[in-house]
Amino acid sequence: MTAPPDDCLARNEWLCGAYLSSRREILWDAVVQHLQLTAVSVLIGLVLAVPLALAARHRRWAAGPVLAVTTILYTVPSLAMFSLLLPVYGLSASLVVAGLVLYSLTLLVRNILAGLRAVPEETRQAARGMGYGPLRLLLAVELPLALPAAMAGLRIATVSAVSLVTVGAIVGHGGLGNLIYSGMNTYFKAQVLTASVLCVVIAVAADLLLLLAQRLLTPWTRRQS
Amino acid sequence: MNTLADAWSWLTTAANWSGDGGIWQRLGQHLFLTVVCLLISCLIALPVALVLGHLGRGGALAVNVSNIGRAVPTFAVLVLLLLTPIGGHGEWPTVIALVLFAVPPLLTNAYVGMREVDRDVVRAARGMGMTGRQLMLGVELPLALPLILTGVRIAAVQLVATATLAALAGGGGLGRIITAGFNLASTAQVVAGAVLVAVFALIVEGLFEAARLLVPGRLRGGGSG
Repeated sequence: MTAPPDDCLARNEWLCGAYLSSRREILWDAVVQHLQLTAVSVLIGLVLAVPLALAARHRRWAAGPVLAVTTILYTVPSLAMFSLLLPVYGLSASLVVAGLVLYSLTLLVRNILAGLRAVPEETRQAARGMGYGPLRLLLAVELPLALPAAMAGLRIATVSAVSLVTVGAIVGHGGLGNLIYSGMNTYFKAQVLTASVLCVVIAVAADLLLLLAQRLLTPWTRRQS
Repeated sequence: MNTLADAWSWLTTAANWSGDGGIWQRLGQHLFLTVVCLLISCLIALPVALVLGHLGRGGALAVNVSNIGRAVPTFAVLVLLLLTPIGGHGEWPTVIALVLFAVPPLLTNAYVGMREVDRDVVRAARGMGMTGRQLMLGVELPLALPLILTGVRIAAVQLVATATLAALAGGGGLGRIITAGFNLASTAQVVAGAVLVAVFALIVEGLFEAARLLVPGRLRGGGSG
């Protein structure tokens, strides 16, 4: 009979190199799932948010309801949001995506709308005076000027989504959250800490990537500061 | 919708409201956690933010602490605290996590509020011979109040959400009804619990909105944060 191995896994230490090397594939799969859930949700949120923000900007009556609904959605705690969607989607990844879409929608609509509203009226009139039609005014003048505010919203939405994916563990689709959840039930310290740190790393990396994209997309804002 | 009817009958069953683990008990726990932790967070965050804002120091920290708070998953912090020695002491992991996530919005909003006070007003107060303490408490604090209260509202909504999530890590509160529903595979109970949590969160938000409308016009802050 061999003695049990005396490594950091057996001692259940917080930091454990053996955990990283022996569970590499599990960790990788969880990270990939985490990234997929985040990216899909934020992209769907973005696709829905742009027309909503435009409608709220150009149809005066639409602004109140759009902002009210998104504020109410954002107030509902994440666990309750996922639970309310349970009858519709069952225990599936779609449930997590749907919940995250609703949260990112709120942040994106608010910020895109703020960006559009901040476009100076003089600028709009100047463009009209130069013969810009409504569509060209929107695409060539209003949207580019609203981009910094919209990107700020996108960054907040993405970072929040990375963090909220973990709650998806309640339905078994939480990316790294699954590892945190199972680690909690088995009192597995290295797994919980590693997955938590990876979550933060993903959030920070996504934030920096979007910041870089923003710099590249809006070269004119750099010259001013 | 059959599930909704089931959820409604779960909610209207008197047995689910009373006794150990009943709705009244969970609601009491949730309310207690929210109020106590809001008080603790205010006591920690507001004096620091007022002094930093008055002195104009530590701005980068006060503003960035919100971004950091957003990137760190609440669920991960709850589980990490549960696995530390603190985890053995009843509700303490929940209380600490709640305070940790309520402090950033309080700190950031109060700091920004103090810094956004018109510099001319501050100079006039100094010219009238006010001491630093008089200036901070008599001039800057009242003028910063709208943003400070916005921070308190965001913190309160955040507290309700975090207290719900605490149920995943074995904490008390309305979230326990949801997690118990998942364990029983009872969609009706999950949805009923989610409705209770959502209504509770919306009432908290609504109370702050009502309070904002009741205070004199000059103290009203922006509607969103």
